Amino acid sequence: MQDDLVLKVRALSVELEGEKVINNLSFEVKKGDTLTILGPNGAGKTVLLKTLLGLLPYKGEIEWKKNIRIGYVPQRLPFIKDIPLSVKDFLKLKKSSEKEIEEILNSVGLKEALLDKKMGDLSSGQFQRILIAWSLIENPLVLLFDEPTTGIDIEGEETVYRLLARLKRDRELTILLVTHDLSVVYTFSNYVVCLNKQPICYGFPQEVLTPENLKRLYGEEVKYYRHKH
Amino acid sequence: MSSQLLLSLTVGIFIGGVAGYLGTLMLSRRMSLVAGPLGHLTLPGIALALIYGFDISLGAFPFVILGIVFIWLSEIRTKLPMEALTAVIFASGVAIAFLFLPIGQAEEALVGNILKVNLWDSTISVVLTVLLFLIITKIYPKMILINISEDLAKSQGIALKKYNLVYLLLIAVIVALGVKIVGGLLTAALAAIPACSARNLSQNMFQYAFGATVIGIISSSLGIFISEFSGFPAGPLIILANAVIFLISTIFKR
Repeated sequence: MQDDLVLKVRALSVELEGEKVINNLSFEVKKGDTLTILGPNGAGKTVLLKTLLGLLPYKGEIEWKKNIRIGYVPQRLPFIKDIPLSVKDFLKLKKSSEKEIEEILNSVGLKEALLDKKMGDLSSGQFQRILIAWSLIENPLVLLFDEPTTGIDIEGEETVYRLLARLKRDRELTILLVTHDLSVVYTFSNYVVCLNKQPICYGFPQEVLTPENLKRLYGEEVKYYRHKH
Repeated sequence: MSSQLLLSLTVGIFIGGVAGYLGTLMLSRRMSLVAGPLGHLTLPGIALALIYGFDISLGAFPFVILGIVFIWLSEIRTKLPMEALTAVIFASGVAIAFLFLPIGQAEEALVGNILKVNLWDSTISVVLTVLLFLIITKIYPKMILINISEDLAKSQGIALKKYNLVYLLLIAVIVALGVKIVGGLLTAALAAIPACSARNLSQNMFQYAFGATVIGIISSSLGIFISEFSGFPAGPLIILANAVIFLISTIFKR
């Protein structure tokens, strides 16, 4: 593996319960890249992230740089409200010191007073930031970020994407980001993988997001797509 | 205080407390009900223990293990939801037990008789519950993370299968111990109710876990004391004490 490469994916296929969810996908991620995985709902984006994390069985090749530390921000945690858990409890589930927690909390723009709040009582913006804070514990080199809630302004100034951009700069992160929101790609990432079960395109957003490719990604295929949860 | 009452209280406090503690993990996994059918499945074992005169927890334990293996295997094979499978087990346990349960001792099997425990029983129960307590404390943060999200837990390198197995074994032991104080019908409630009450009252994980343990201890003590003075069996009184605490907790829900 080349020195500046963080991740190499070759001919990746994932089949879940007899259905091909990802078919023959290849791409690479270099250190410091922000790669967006773009596609309509149900295109296999979350499945791809989970596969990269080693949570799902696959065929093909996934090669991470040796001893890489990966932080994962899941899309949502629906069951967390069932458990009385303060913000501090949650962050401490990942082995971390009080000092580290406070420092990370500040870096995602939250106040320490929030630590004693119940996870279930947080606003969606605060919740999103806590998930990001969670992923930053143990100082990851790569962040896998599943579809941040778009359009949420936290305290009216910094969106989740601005926060990510700032963290990336401060911590020299490599980011893989899943979204179905086209505007995010141009403003935030330097590479894009378009996925609708089949790989549609891969490269610089300005070059590969042609009207034709976008039509293939979101166009005619969409009406055959079954929404599954 | 008679020495018998002291023994019963000791056993009640240890089993009640640890059952409450473990119950917080079961509730956060939406698995509170699983212990119910497992409790019923202990009935044939209890019946055997009563007929041949050995410790009822000892009789109950192999049947709980059988139940857990059955649930685990059939969930893999049939993909039926766990709650549906437990319903199958639940009825089977009761049915088998009533084929040969000595009718004179039915009450003891169904609702327990903590006033019968001897020094030997008590020692074993205390040792086992202390051991359970230590194991639960050790796996607690990881189990909570698994309960929040299996994906998140796996991404942290937590061996899910191992923890689930330990967790099921803990349930098996607490159910088997619980039958001693509240009987096969009620043993599940010993774990389920304190956790529900504690959840109503707590803001964080410590309050939740500690609260359920304390509520388990208080309700067991209350039930045993009231039984001593009223002559009603302790098992149902313990569960009722739990139910009353739960009702009170709903008023103060945070």
